[in-house]
Amino acid sequence: MSAPHDSTSADDSIPNGPGAAAILAAGIGCGALGILALAADASDAIGKALNIYTPTGTLSGVTTVAIVIWLGTWLALSRSWQGKSVAMAKVNAAAFALLIVGFLLTFPPFMDLLQGK
Amino acid sequence: MEISTRDLWTVLHGMGFGALFMLAFSGALAELYRLSAPSAAAQVSEREQRLLKLYLVTMVALAWLTVLSGAYIVYPWYRAVPPAGATDLADYPRRLLLSSGKTSEWHNIGMEWKEHVAWLAPIAMTMVAYVTMKYGRAITRPRHMRVAVLGFAVAAFVATGVAGAFGAFLNKYAPVRGGSVIILMEGEP
Repeated sequence: MSAPHDSTSADDSIPNGPGAAAILAAGIGCGALGILALAADASDAIGKALNIYTPTGTLSGVTTVAIVIWLGTWLALSRSWQGKSVAMAKVNAAAFALLIVGFLLTFPPFMDLLQGK
Repeated sequence: MEISTRDLWTVLHGMGFGALFMLAFSGALAELYRLSAPSAAAQVSEREQRLLKLYLVTMVALAWLTVLSGAYIVYPWYRAVPPAGATDLADYPRRLLLSSGKTSEWHNIGMEWKEHVAWLAPIAMTMVAYVTMKYGRAITRPRHMRVAVLGFAVAAFVATGVAGAFGAFLNKYAPVRGGSVIILMEGEP
């Protein structure tokens, strides 16, 4: 996501970079959650690898890894976009698309559809 | 009047944290919309902004407490494995649901969706709170940021609604039971 200034959507005096970083990272975290949930459901090996706390099972790894991805992305984007203004329309489009991925890939009938079950 | 420790934790998870978080959405969405409406910049006082920040931080805490207590305290009891040959599955909600075709989809769709989709809410609300605190009234100017904040807040509400609704049904068909008993009050027989 390159960062040309979007003069139509951002106030010139307030860099939108930190906000954009939080928004895109939240989308990435939600998308990662869905992708990991699907991967754990589709593959026994991935499911076992994500079982990092046995009483909670695979859910423990799916959510922990998603949170690490979310926070890591947020930190990296925040550093990269500190004091800058970025193209918020593109950030929003990516964030909302990933949010939808998160919803869809956690929905069991959709997971089954993708796996041909 | 008594309650088991598992009942108590389930109530704390669903009603203490989850329902309170859900109830808080109406106020948060109304205030976020009011704060972010283009004509509202001059109408929102510093005090109101401080209250909104406190409100959102409380919501974020409730969201994380809900998913963490659910995943690491209540869910292990839900998915406990009964000993071989067990016929009474009342203390093993997952196995109880899966033991009948009439209830198995409450687990296969209800719990499987709830346990994952619920985590979208704290991620989304943390972002909403951060951006609102970072930009305050300035959020009225970058239109796309306003759209993202309101959109993710609504998404968190939907995710919480899905998780809460399935949680209520699951607790009706296969409640988490057991644990030590806490006597709250003695009554007349």
